[in-house]
Order: sequence, then structure tokens, then C-alpha cells
Amino acid sequence: MDFLNILNLTGGELIGAYTAAYVLCALGLAMHFGFTGLLNFGQAAFAALGAYGYAIATLTFGWPWYSATLFGLVCSALFAVALGIPTLRLRADYLAIVTIASSQALVSVFGVGQYRDVTGGSNGLSQFGESFYALNFLPDQRIELGVLTYSSNEVFIRIVAWSLVILGALLLLILTRSPWGRVLKGIREDEDAIRSLGKNVFVYKLQSLIIGGTFASLGGMVFVMTSQTNQPVTWGTDFTFMTWTILLLGGAATILGPIVGGMVFFALLMFLQNILEGLVNLGLLPFLDIAQVGQIRYLLVGLVLMLLVIFRPQGIFGNKKEMQFNG
Amino acid sequence: MANSISVGAASPGCKKVDPILVADNVTRQFGGLTAVNVEHLEIPRGLITALIGPNGAGKTTMFNLLTGFDEPNSGSWTFDGTDLAGVAPYKVARMGMIRTFQLTKALSLLTVIDNMRLGAQDQPGEGFIQSFLRPIWKKREAQISERADELLQRFKLDSKREDYAASLSGGQRKLLEMARALMSEPKLVMLDEPMAGVNPALTQSLLEHIKGLKNDGTTVLFVEHDMHMVRNIADWVIVMAEGKIVAEGPPAQVMKDQAVIDAYLGAHADTDLGTVAIKTIKAGK
Repeated sequence: MDFLNILNLTGGELIGAYTAAYVLCALGLAMHFGFTGLLNFGQAAFAALGAYGYAIATLTFGWPWYSATLFGLVCSALFAVALGIPTLRLRADYLAIVTIASSQALVSVFGVGQYRDVTGGSNGLSQFGESFYALNFLPDQRIELGVLTYSSNEVFIRIVAWSLVILGALLLLILTRSPWGRVLKGIREDEDAIRSLGKNVFVYKLQSLIIGGTFASLGGMVFVMTSQTNQPVTWGTDFTFMTWTILLLGGAATILGPIVGGMVFFALLMFLQNILEGLVNLGLLPFLDIAQVGQIRYLLVGLVLMLLVIFRPQGIFGNKKEMQFNG
Repeated sequence: MANSISVGAASPGCKKVDPILVADNVTRQFGGLTAVNVEHLEIPRGLITALIGPNGAGKTTMFNLLTGFDEPNSGSWTFDGTDLAGVAPYKVARMGMIRTFQLTKALSLLTVIDNMRLGAQDQPGEGFIQSFLRPIWKKREAQISERADELLQRFKLDSKREDYAASLSGGQRKLLEMARALMSEPKLVMLDEPMAGVNPALTQSLLEHIKGLKNDGTTVLFVEHDMHMVRNIADWVIVMAEGKIVAEGPPAQVMKDQAVIDAYLGAHADTDLGTVAIKTIKAGK
């Protein structure tokens, strides 16, 4: 086993573009769940709308990257409004049911054959990144980071992705420390109490849904821009639950939590993958073959998460004092 | 009996000299049960009015209806001359009619001071766009915090300022909820069982706080079961039973009212059960 290589690959995940994409989605979920108490199980739909919005605007309308980005964000905001108006009056658990169902429905629509000309059907869309990668200011050569080398575009997408994460985190920080954020936290605790104090709870919840959804759309765009492919299967419920995992790992009502949670999650996944593959190759795990490693690592991550939720429910960065009242 | 609060003698649904809240024909049914059926109700301005009645009399439902938390089957009511029927709860609160809840709604995972700040109105920073522009809301925030600290001191919660509301005792939460309701300097405060679960030592200071509200010119309407408290601080008492107003008047007069005694204690309150045959009671005579 080449430990140096394993560590490098693991380290590569810490700054990976996919990691950043999930972190953006998890930041949006922190807004929804951590700060407003909205149980949104349809984060994949917001990400999908960002991704499809961008890809369709580029390929079908021939728009440049900035209009395409804006289009993706507007699509997700409209979805948030359409979803929010009937559902935000519901109790938390009903909201969870509606969001998971509508996200499944939306992704199914993207995948059906009838709209193949626009959505690409089950194959999805690809090669829509030309306008975006034209912005790449880096020299067109392989760039070395440790033993890993990246192409110029790979470095560029990482820079953009993590810049978005930093900007998003700052935005959340400002919002949650403002009186606006205070009202959101109040709604999380008891929305009737907030109503009785003269705040329009519905508007706040809708704003939160839109903002958090926008974060997820950006995450979705980053996700598909990395490989310039966007397939409907990406946006299944597993995407949503990975995002939830990252959020809970880091701490729901924190801002640093989703960021570090995402890094730890993907680094752990990569680390387990390589260690297990190494052990299989050495013949130390005779009951496994290489193809099964990919599955078993999720199993182990699941185990780690269960232990984490049992023994550290507030996540990595959560406030223990805050949690002790929830026990 | 004549008094200075009502127009003419006190009787159920009588007119007041200076009402702040006037309700007409308010009904609310849950399935076949009529929880509230109030023909006419007026709450006198600037005074402390107690709403009493046995369990299930419809007091809390009436509160919910008046503040927009529940929708009536029929009826209309005005607050300070403004029609309020069908108005959303947050708008009712903005007009200066703030309520508290029977089951205290302290915002557990917010600090005491943040709980208080949430009670304030007109904080521009509570708007989404403005929240980014700290200079816009900084000054108002300072004013709000100052008032919050004043109230916390008055309610003896200042030592708990930075603690989570979840760490307060039940009585302290009642105090916090009341203090929070006062942040916006409301015209009418509606307290739903402010004394429930509060220990006797704290009761006295709560009573003083409620009297203090009246001195500040705030109208108070409260629901309570404790007759001692009602007698002590209320200027006017309204008695509900089975959804209707059965009596009202000054406390001393109402406590003697046969309808009230019947409603609370049953028609056999004065009869020694030892001397009455069980059959007579069962027959309802």
C-alpha cells in the first residue's frame, strides 16, 4: 500500500470541487434547518434546478455564463416560491414529505424522454462549460499540488468553487447575526410566539427557503461544471441525504460546520476507499472484492455517522450548551 | 348596581364608558361543540379586566379568536376602532394588541436578551435587504437593547441576560414572556393564565407587575383561575361558562353572583352532600 498516495488522494478531497459543491448545498440546508427549522428533504431539487438551468440556458438558449448562472438561480427561486406558498403553512414533518416528493417529481420530469431536446432525457446534458472555462486565467499546463497534478481547468473550478463557499459563508454569517437572523431563529424555536410578537412568519420562511435554495443551485452548478456533465440520476434522494449527513456531521446551526463537515466526509470516504482497496489487494479481506469496496465504505461511513449522532449530536462545531436542552 | 366602568348597571355583555375592544356575535364551533358563543363583549380601556370561568368555558379560544390565531365561524370585533375580524395574528400584534400563551412560549435556544429584542417593533434590520446594512439598524438595536435591559431589571431577570431561555424556571419563563410582550409598548396586553405554575413567592411580584402596567396606561385582559388574584387586582371581571358570558361586573359584585357560583362550584355548592340523597344530585335537582 502506498500510504503517501492515499494521504494525497485524501487531501485532494479536502479541496475537491465536488466537496465544495456539497458544502454549498449543506450551507443552504443550514439556513433552512439549522437557522429556520425548515425540514427540507428536497435540497437535490434546488441543486438540480441550478445545474439544469445553467446547462439549458447555455445549450438551448446559447447564453453566456453570467446569464446562464442567473437563469439557474431564478429557476430555483421560483421553485422555492412555488413550493413554499402551499407548504410553508404546514408543520415541519409535513414539509419534509412534500419537499422529498416534489424533488423526486421534478427530477423525474428532467429524466423523461419527451423533453429530450431540451433536458437530454435520461442521458442528461454535457459540454456546456465553454463560456465558463473561457474565463480561466491560469496558464494552460498541468499544475502540481503535492503528488497530485491538476489540469488548468481543474484548478480553476476549485478556485471558483471555494471562493463561492467563502462568500456564501460570509453572507450567512452576516445574515444570521442580524435582527433578520434573530427572527429566523425565533421561528425555529416557536413560530406562534414570533407571530404573537408581530412578525410575518410566512415571509421569513419563504425568504429562508429561497436563500438556502440559491446556495444549493450554486452547488449544483459547481457540481456539473466539474465534469461538464449533468445527468438526472445525480439528483436522487441520496444527494439530499449526503447533504444532510454533511450538515449534521459539522453542526446544523453553525456556519463552519457544513464546510468542515463536507471536507471530513469526503476525505473519510476517499481514505476508506483506498485503505480497503489496499487491504483487498493484499489479500487481507478475502470476503471482499474490489468492486464491493465502493459500497462497503458507505456502510462504514454510515456507522461512523451513527456513532457521531449518538455520542456527539451537536456535530463537530455545534454548541454543547445549546444541545443539552434538546436531549 | 351602578359603577363608573359600565354604561348603566353591570350585566353580561353590557356597554362600557370607554371600550378598547368591542366584539359582536363571535362564535366558534369545533365539530358539534360550540366552544365560544359571545353576543357582545366590551373591554374597558386602561383597566385590568379578568376573564374567568371553569375549564372548557372557552376563555383561551376567545383569546385565540380575538388575536387572529383561530378563525371564528361568525362574528366581528374592533380594536381601538379598527375592524380586526380575519386579520392575521402578526398584524394584530403590530396594532398594539399583544398576547401571551397558557403554555409559555419562551424561545428556548435563544438567549434571554434575544428573546426580549424579538418583542420590539420597527427594527429595520429585520428586513432581509436591510439586514446587510448594519448602520441602518445599529441605532435602533441600541434603543431596543436599552429598553430590554430596563424591562429585564424590572422583572428581575437581568442576571439571566445572557442565558438560554431554556435554562429558566417555569415561573421565570412566565416573567420573560410577559416582559417580552411589553417590549413593543402595547395598548392592550392579553395574558393567558399568567400565574399558572408560578410559585407563591413570585406570584406577588407578578401581581405588582400587572398593576404597574395599568399605571403605565396599558389595558390588561387576563385569564385566571385563582380567585384570590382576581379579587386583588382586577377592576372588572367577566365570567364565561360553556362559551357564553354569564356574568360581569366589579369583582366584589361578581363573586356574589349566583350564576358565577353555579358555574364554578355547581348548583349544590352550599348543600352538605351528607344530607342530600345521591339520587337528587343525579337527577340534577
